[in-house]
Amino acid sequence: MKIKTIKRSADDYVPVKSTQESQMPRNLNPELHPFERAREYTKALNATKLERMFAKPFVGQLGYGHRDGVYAIAKNYGSLNKLATGSADGVIKYWNMSTREEFVSFKAHYGLVTGLCVTQPRFHDKKPDLKSQNFMLSCSDDKTVKLWSINVDDYSNKNSSDNDSVTNEEGLIRTFDGESAFQGIDSHRENSTFATGGAKIHLWDVNRLKPVSDLSWGADNITSLKFNQNETDILASTGSDNSIVLYDLRTNSPTQKIVQTMRTNAICWNPMEAFNFVTANEDHNAYYYDMRNLSRSLNVFKDHVSAVMDVDFSPTGDEIVTGSYDKSIRIYKTNHGHSREIYHTKRMQHVFQVKYSMDSKYIISGSDDGNVRLWRSKAWERSNVKTTREKNKLEYDEKLKERFRHMPEIKRISRHRHVPQVIKKAQEIKNIELSSIKRREANERRTRKDMPYISERKKQIVGTVHKYEDSGRDRKRRKEDDKRDTQEK
Amino acid sequence: MGHKKNGHRRQIKERENQNKFERSTYTNNAKNNHTQTKDKKLRAGLKKIDEQYKKAVSSAAATDYLLPESNGYLEPENELEKTFKVQQSEIKSSVDVSTANKALDLSLKEFGPYHIKYAKNGTHLLITGRKGHVASMDWRKGQLRAELFLNETCHSATYLQNEQYFAVAQKKYTFIYDHEGTELHRLKQHIEARHLDFLPYHYLLVTAGETGWLKYHDVSTGQLVSELRTKAGPTMAMAQNPWNAVMHLGHSNGTVSLWSPSMPEPLVKLLSARGPVNSIAIDRSGYYMATTGADRSMKIWDIRNFKQLHSVESLPTPGTNVSISDTGLLALSRGPHVTLWKDALKLSGDSKPCFGSMGGNPHRNTPYMSHLFAGNKVENLGFVPFEDLLGVGHQTGITNLIVPGAGEANYDALELNPFETKKQRQEQEVRTLLNKLPADTITLDPNSIGSVDKRSSTIRLNAKDLAQTTMDANNKAKTNSDIPDVKPDVKGKNSGLRSFLRKKTQNVIDERKLRVQKQLDKEKNIRKRNHQIKQGLISEDHKDVIEEALSRFG
Repeated sequence: MKIKTIKRSADDYVPVKSTQESQMPRNLNPELHPFERAREYTKALNATKLERMFAKPFVGQLGYGHRDGVYAIAKNYGSLNKLATGSADGVIKYWNMSTREEFVSFKAHYGLVTGLCVTQPRFHDKKPDLKSQNFMLSCSDDKTVKLWSINVDDYSNKNSSDNDSVTNEEGLIRTFDGESAFQGIDSHRENSTFATGGAKIHLWDVNRLKPVSDLSWGADNITSLKFNQNETDILASTGSDNSIVLYDLRTNSPTQKIVQTMRTNAICWNPMEAFNFVTANEDHNAYYYDMRNLSRSLNVFKDHVSAVMDVDFSPTGDEIVTGSYDKSIRIYKTNHGHSREIYHTKRMQHVFQVKYSMDSKYIISGSDDGNVRLWRSKAWERSNVKTTREKNKLEYDEKLKERFRHMPEIKRISRHRHVPQVIKKAQEIKNIELSSIKRREANERRTRKDMPYISERKKQIVGTVHKYEDSGRDRKRRKEDDKRDTQEK
Repeated sequence: MGHKKNGHRRQIKERENQNKFERSTYTNNAKNNHTQTKDKKLRAGLKKIDEQYKKAVSSAAATDYLLPESNGYLEPENELEKTFKVQQSEIKSSVDVSTANKALDLSLKEFGPYHIKYAKNGTHLLITGRKGHVASMDWRKGQLRAELFLNETCHSATYLQNEQYFAVAQKKYTFIYDHEGTELHRLKQHIEARHLDFLPYHYLLVTAGETGWLKYHDVSTGQLVSELRTKAGPTMAMAQNPWNAVMHLGHSNGTVSLWSPSMPEPLVKLLSARGPVNSIAIDRSGYYMATTGADRSMKIWDIRNFKQLHSVESLPTPGTNVSISDTGLLALSRGPHVTLWKDALKLSGDSKPCFGSMGGNPHRNTPYMSHLFAGNKVENLGFVPFEDLLGVGHQTGITNLIVPGAGEANYDALELNPFETKKQRQEQEVRTLLNKLPADTITLDPNSIGSVDKRSSTIRLNAKDLAQTTMDANNKAKTNSDIPDVKPDVKGKNSGLRSFLRKKTQNVIDERKLRVQKQLDKEKNIRKRNHQIKQGLISEDHKDVIEEALSRFG
């Protein structure tokens, strides 16, 4: 007779010394793990609750902010913790985000600072001694563009917290004079060109005092412009005639233009998909466009109840942040039309500037009240060093939340946000308005059978310059029309 | 790019033991889910999930080869040898010392018969002598944790979430004791309980007994979760289905009923014997149930489709206990005999349990092992988790029989750990409390949570109706419409008001309670008056003038 029983020697499983880890053998047989799904659901529910408990989005403000509204913020694309802001009283500040203190501040202009940008490393390619230096360009209502040196070492020994010691002499390198007020500025990524908006688009070379060339197409005023960071010669601008115009600097000419029903306040190119860009519109929405086909938007980001003033892409390219005149900041996923997050505080006024930090973990907002605020892009995330166990737990929780995100309880908890009374009320009124418009349209459609349906993604477009190749049904319909035409002939 | 794509499309390896790891509901429904849907994005998402799932199953199946231990066995070397003829003494002499030492044999002649219960991870043993001897011990180390002499009849006992707490069903009430044997609670709602069980993932103590009520008590909050009236007289047997936490009750009319705390009616009723059901056992996968009844029958059911697999009629004597081990061994006790079968939980006719060798017929499922407690009687049976042992409680103590191949060789330390340290036990307790499942999620299909209810939305209550019903239920208390009417015709004992008052918390006196007491007094007075009229002591239009005059001050 062959006999064998289970022999589990305790020596193999129980630690002998106190420093030893005890054996944790696993057996993945499902029979040993009853209620697997129900338990995971419970864990997901707990994780969702914890997420909301840990949601503390506001980190703090930078220094003491500005004395007037912040209407310009510029990211330093090459650095994680540096940032420039410009305010309505003509002061520009350069910040250290990790200490939340300013490196330097300049009394730059006599008027409103309308545009600000930190130049890229190749900006001074031709002068090797300046190659590694950082510069900042500011433009203003007072018809000047100024070039500033912002090398941190030069200012590090200054008492920067003293707000009154506004330096001017050391920083200013050059002043460019224009004929009219400037609006919006951006510098080329690869060379020493920069562009300014205003009455028309001027292209400047940093080594020349007068603009190299001008660009314009229709609009009497260019409100903002942005260079593409990947396809570096492409420039997008927004005009006061509700238009968005794309230019190609290689041919020195505009290439595409669309006109929308309302004005666009800001543009941001997708850093990962260079041909896509998102625009912040006055009609409370942000629109996501593909520059290859401007006949429709890829997505419409709704939820704001007032004009969207600024928009910025996360460096990962899958989320955008918008700041609005309704005194709130919202974060959207690019493939989803409604915001996943709303940030607001009691004291924050109309938000004119929002920017993602270069590590996509933080958001910086500038508002009418003069403060520059720092927010977490994921309200529940903490950036401290974590143990492996902590990391594993957070990753597991993240996966669980994703897996059970459609369960009613989890959905309810994860979507719940406190929204200010004013916004809530405005939302209600807006919903009533929209539904009555819809109702009216439905009534009209009852009597006018040929009334066309216009997709929500096309509604805002008044006209395009090019005829774009339509996809799907339109193409089919056109083919049928062609056939009919040939038959008639 | 092409290379990367190839990497993603790599064929997932099919493994032979894969079906063990597959989700049973998954393969049926979701097979073609992603090919049917029209939504492009959804289809891509579903396809991705499908691939992830397959990959997970395949890699889980691959870990089977890495398991450190292997199951025990008892195999004849030639045709003349029969496994059921092997005596315990022979086994003991041929196994290693540590296993032989585990074949515990306690002789406790005074307080028997003994009921035994092992903790879920097999470290501790709880024994209950009918005459009031309760002891909890770490049986492997031979350490006694708690010993109680209660001086009243004790029927059953069970550990709660771990070996730190246990509940004992005594003559009238059920009590909870801690690891030292200190009485913590007297559960006054659980009267004359005869069977106790604990649902570890829901933290529910379940009792059933003479009263015919099945009661679920949440031991983490102390709330009585639900009381269910079985309407079938005293409960004869009880077992939990470890797969879905449904309780199986055996009744004296031969039916087995399946219960969930959220349903006032049984989920399922099965007729399993023509006399009282003596014992029920369910295997850990929740697929099979074995029952034995006083009509000398033993039946094996497939509880996925509620079909009978085997029925063994006319046992020599009625079976008193059945038990199923982790590896699917079936144990039956009748009087002094304990008999075990292997492969009895299979559909084929060959696997029907038989007694004796049947003349060497190879197509008969002869017993795997058997044991006789001469001149004794078996009280109950229980396989020891993760060990090749069968614990037997009998009239003169308890005995562990060595049954090679009965236990699961490879435990999962994150689930149940037989070598748990104190720290691990404490952490595990917190973890299980955090992941406690709500009592009302107990259903026949435990995987129904997180799946789509395909019934039309019209069948379900819509949000408005649901809000209305909950509001009605809440308002009932506000308008006092839940307080019963004054009914002087019913007997005082059956008064609705009286039972309403009884259900209220004893030590809280609020406005509602006062109102009910007043109503009750009124009812009593009317009843008394009616009685007096009947007796002819007072006339029908009699008025107690003094009473009326004084009542204005009452």
